[in-house]
Amino acid sequence: MNTIVQVEGLRKVYGATIAVDEVSFEVKEGEIFGMVGPNGAGKTTTIECLEGLRKPDAGLVRVLGVDPQCESQTLRERTGMQLQQSNLPDRMRVWEALDLYASFYPKAADWKELLSQLGLEEKRNAYFSKLSGGQKQRLFIALALLPDPQLIFLDELTTGLDPQARHAIWDLVRDVRAKGRTVLLTTHFMEEAERLCDRVAILDHGKIVTLDTPANLIRGLEVEEGVIFSLDGGLPPALEKALSMAGRLEIQGEQVTVHGKNGRKVPLVSEVVSLLTGQGIPFRDLRTEQPTLEDVFLSLTGREMRE
Amino acid sequence: MKSLLKMTWVEAKLFLREPVSAFFTLVFPLVMLFIFGFIYGNVPPPPGSDSQSAIDGLIPALTAMVIGMTGLMPITITMATYRENGILRRLRTTPVSPLVVLAAQLIVVFIMTGLGMLLLVVAGKLVFHVRFDGNAFSLLAGFTLGSLSFFGIGFILAGTMPTARTAQIVAMVLLYPMLILSGAAWPRELMPAAVQKISAFLPLTYVVTLLRGLWVGEPWGKHLLDVGVLVGMLILGIIISVKTFRWE
Repeated sequence: MNTIVQVEGLRKVYGATIAVDEVSFEVKEGEIFGMVGPNGAGKTTTIECLEGLRKPDAGLVRVLGVDPQCESQTLRERTGMQLQQSNLPDRMRVWEALDLYASFYPKAADWKELLSQLGLEEKRNAYFSKLSGGQKQRLFIALALLPDPQLIFLDELTTGLDPQARHAIWDLVRDVRAKGRTVLLTTHFMEEAERLCDRVAILDHGKIVTLDTPANLIRGLEVEEGVIFSLDGGLPPALEKALSMAGRLEIQGEQVTVHGKNGRKVPLVSEVVSLLTGQGIPFRDLRTEQPTLEDVFLSLTGREMRE
Repeated sequence: MKSLLKMTWVEAKLFLREPVSAFFTLVFPLVMLFIFGFIYGNVPPPPGSDSQSAIDGLIPALTAMVIGMTGLMPITITMATYRENGILRRLRTTPVSPLVVLAAQLIVVFIMTGLGMLLLVVAGKLVFHVRFDGNAFSLLAGFTLGSLSFFGIGFILAGTMPTARTAQIVAMVLLYPMLILSGAAWPRELMPAAVQKISAFLPLTYVVTLLRGLWVGEPWGKHLLDVGVLVGMLILGIIISVKTFRWE
């Protein structure tokens, strides 16, 4: 697979603050690559160095094989960018924005098709200022898709959106990738990174703390998983004893939780279920609680508040 | 080229959708014309007479007023707001050249200023039967010089002021004394000598004198000072506005 983005030893300093410190990674063709991290971790600075909007102080950056500083024009024609902070004039209509931006690219995609793909057809004649947050964000994604880009940058694309809009936008991003495009995104929603990204880099204090697939990151984490179920009537003492051999028990009324280390040979859930069925005890509402990327994130970046 | 046309067209629509700028460029000068027209009376000078009725001098003066307003207000506010709100930032991620962005603004504001003048001339002709003794091309040339040199001020303010709000306030602070003292709203001859001295420092004064002169058919040679000042402003405007242009 081709390398679409190559970053080696990227460094960017603002005064006394080191925003990005020796960051290196590669993005392969056709993947959704995510950068997550607390506020001020250096995600946006990194992405803006790749977009050619900021000049790195040191390090090598190649996007689609070119240096963003030297060949910004080539890059702007072949990549789509959605910025964390940007706007359109309040009284510009949706179709006017698409029509105008389409005229900037030598081989622009059909904006009318994008309009319906992104569910903005009804808003075709609406003023930009009258759009909801989710609609604005979809319009910005449409603008980013106009150049028919090989690579699309999405910086904090679902911040401030409600769950419906967020899920709709995740589907859109998956569609983009299904068409063979490469996506590089930043987010501070761990759920978003976990569900959407093929690989995730966790940044903190300007450095990459870890980089892997979400599943590998979670597997590598020494945290507990839980099996939760409810019983009518109390827990028989024999079962309680057997269960506490499997893991730490927590009993709240009818609800029983068994905590155990994840990544064991026999999964905790099958151990618990076989104990319950073996003793013929009826149970209901059984579910498991798996560690998420958020647990990985918190264990790597700590729990103290930033900023 | 295609993007310049599209951007000019969209910016023209945005200009007209902004009630304040459209009102001050197109409607307000007409209102002034009618107020002064009815004060001075619309008695046409007797046929064959050389006398200029006051209303005749009003059209070029009010045209200068339109130039002052469009140069300082819409350009300054639009460009400064575009930068502050990240509209320019979004444009910067596309292959479009900053020159296209500047040129589209310039063309739109120039056309709107011209439209403002056209409305004044048509209303003046139809309602007040104003006399025009100059050469239309000369007048158009003077109008173009005056407009472009004033638009430079707007671009400079937009480029140098830290926020859209300050840019707007500075533009207003510059604009109002100019409107009152330059002879755009009422003739300089009616002002005390001391005020006339002050008005010599206001750029709009030179637009007013040039346009009034060309309106009555005076030769360019009589207005070398006006032309010199305006050409100087134009050159400075181009240099400084290109140098101070910032995407964000």
